[in-house]
Amino acid sequence: MGVAFVTPYTLFLLAFGALPTLYAIYLAFTKNNAFVGLDNFVRVVQDYRFMPAVGHVGLYLIVWLISLIVLVVLLALAVHGVRSRRLSTSVRFIYYIPGALAGASSVLLWLFVLDPSVSPVSGLLNLLGSDSFVNTIQIDRLPVVLAIIAFWTGAGGWIVIMYGALNNIPNEVMEAARIDGAGPIKTALFVQIPLLRKWISYMVILSLAAGTQLFVEPRVLSQASRGVVPQDYSLNQLAFLFAFKQNDFNGSAAISLLLLVVALGLSVFFVFRGGLFERD
Amino acid sequence: MAPQHHRTSVSRLLITATAIAGLAALTACSGPAGEIDENYGFVVAEQNPDSEITIWADATRQPAVEAFQKAHPEVKVNLVVDDGSANGSATLQTKIALADQAGEGWPDVAFSTQTNDASWAAKETNGVQAFAAPLDKGYFDEDFLSGFTPGALDPVTIDDTVYGLRNDLAPVLFWYNKTLLDEFGYDVPTTWEEYQELGDKLASDHPDYFLGTVGDSFAGPYVFYWSGEAPIYQVDGDTFHSDTSDANSMKVTEMLDHMVANGTLTQDSVFGADFVAKADHLVAIPGPAWYSGALFQNPDSVNAAAGQWGAANPLTWENGGDVTGNVGGGMWYASSHSKNLEAVKTFLEFIVSDPSTAGTGGLPAYQSAADAWLSDQASSGFYDGDFAGAVSTAAGSVWNGWGYPNFSPETSWTKIIIPGIASGKTIKELSADWQKEMQNEAQAQGYTIG
Repeated sequence: MGVAFVTPYTLFLLAFGALPTLYAIYLAFTKNNAFVGLDNFVRVVQDYRFMPAVGHVGLYLIVWLISLIVLVVLLALAVHGVRSRRLSTSVRFIYYIPGALAGASSVLLWLFVLDPSVSPVSGLLNLLGSDSFVNTIQIDRLPVVLAIIAFWTGAGGWIVIMYGALNNIPNEVMEAARIDGAGPIKTALFVQIPLLRKWISYMVILSLAAGTQLFVEPRVLSQASRGVVPQDYSLNQLAFLFAFKQNDFNGSAAISLLLLVVALGLSVFFVFRGGLFERD
Repeated sequence: MAPQHHRTSVSRLLITATAIAGLAALTACSGPAGEIDENYGFVVAEQNPDSEITIWADATRQPAVEAFQKAHPEVKVNLVVDDGSANGSATLQTKIALADQAGEGWPDVAFSTQTNDASWAAKETNGVQAFAAPLDKGYFDEDFLSGFTPGALDPVTIDDTVYGLRNDLAPVLFWYNKTLLDEFGYDVPTTWEEYQELGDKLASDHPDYFLGTVGDSFAGPYVFYWSGEAPIYQVDGDTFHSDTSDANSMKVTEMLDHMVANGTLTQDSVFGADFVAKADHLVAIPGPAWYSGALFQNPDSVNAAAGQWGAANPLTWENGGDVTGNVGGGMWYASSHSKNLEAVKTFLEFIVSDPSTAGTGGLPAYQSAADAWLSDQASSGFYDGDFAGAVSTAAGSVWNGWGYPNFSPETSWTKIIIPGIASGKTIKELSADWQKEMQNEAQAQGYTIG
């Protein structure tokens, strides 16, 4: 019975996860089916678009991951602190709604929010010094803009998960804290957040994997802005250009592999720092 | 967690598609290479005269394709609408690269709004036959091909072989609002110097009225720099040349900076809502022939009344030649992989030369259709002045020093210049970066910089 449940997943994992990865590794070290060592990697790293793209993605990850951790934990604690059952349920539901929209369609929605001529928050955009769509999506503002979009689509799900994790903290522990005189802030700092550590690192790992693959948001913004957001903003976009604009699938695979290695390395760091594999 | 999953599955899908495509290509390569068919001049796929032909084109071309379906019900057509590679998005190249890699999935006919696609479509990639079929090696009759306006097929002619058919000619002319000019008491300018002076007068006497835009990816490079004989986008063999500090480039840059500063050139796209909202304040605009259908006779855009707008000869520089720029003018390509080349030929001959569809709103590149279109426009009296004369003059004076390399100057314009001027910089300050970006793009595409 167990096999029946696991088989479809395993097949899909092999077909859409493992095999493409192996094929990418093969492509990254060859050119015209001949082994070329690190040539492809040297070529893509030396490309004039590579370092800017690394910078863009890196900055985006920093802005996004920090705001994600801080805000998700704060909001989860706040929701958990709400006494009214009905209010708590509806707030969690509202948080979750944007997550139901698929990546590209939520960006389409944001196109309207970001364009001061049609935006419902145009006053706010003007306050922030943006009088046109082009100005809202200036390249140095993009990490923040993309982080806001990603937070809006992704954070709700995490808040619900953190809320569940907070519920898992045994009542005795919370009660002991209260008896020892800890208020909500002290309880959060010394009891709840330390106990959430695993969940937070779990969130960071998955978000990191998703964040390094930044593609859909800048791609849609690029199309919508008629190219003001460049087609080579993120690393994944650059891989796309290598493959389909330059017919250089080997270079494209090299970029993908670099992304994989970096994301894996950072994930390993968070797995061990977050004690994800420790048993209670 | 949902979006993370979405995102990973999208990129996984992409990787997988690539992988499967790659595997398919490996197997496809192992087949025996075909022989060149003497009737066509290239290696022809096995033909099936009843098979459906797939056409990739943009929404502007859709009515013309539908007109073809009405006129030729015997040809089965599957139209796939895309963006026509507008703004240098390279949609066609991207999709053909994927099909090349997969060894299948090519369209039978493809349309692009860009003029430079032959630079890659006429070349074999990674061992796959060039996508664009050579047309003058037996496939199309010489009689038919010679019906194009002289020079119309230059951008798709590589090593003396024709690889595509021109949809429309898009020379830059000078469009002016007769009603407003009369009301303000101004003459129609004939030189760029007079155009700039008109801007000064407007800015001081009639602020909020304007003379065009630099906010479109094509406006800067093609309308202004090409017309000014600026050597910023030139190709000689495998060498790319760009010089934004040349005297010709500088005079255009200075004019643009001057007019952006006094507000007579806006930063909107002519396809954007902001432009349409201000359209009744548009006094004149230099732009391609297809502005006729796209702006002036378009109910969703300027929507001019008959007699309100006119077209004049292209503006020239006092110290320059009588030349003008060019904004696209789409191209049709026949796939060398098509299984129904005869139906493709029927379609292409109809779409570029039938007076009912040729030009798709702009000036047809096919001479007989162009003549019919011009006399139609003239007899309708919609435009003030000598419309046919202005268009013909413009079509015959496109500056031939502009290159057609395998990348678009539009992507660098939108990446560097548009956001730059939106944040208050001048084009003069940005032009070195712009030149560098074009040179970088050229190098990435394999050109040497000269």
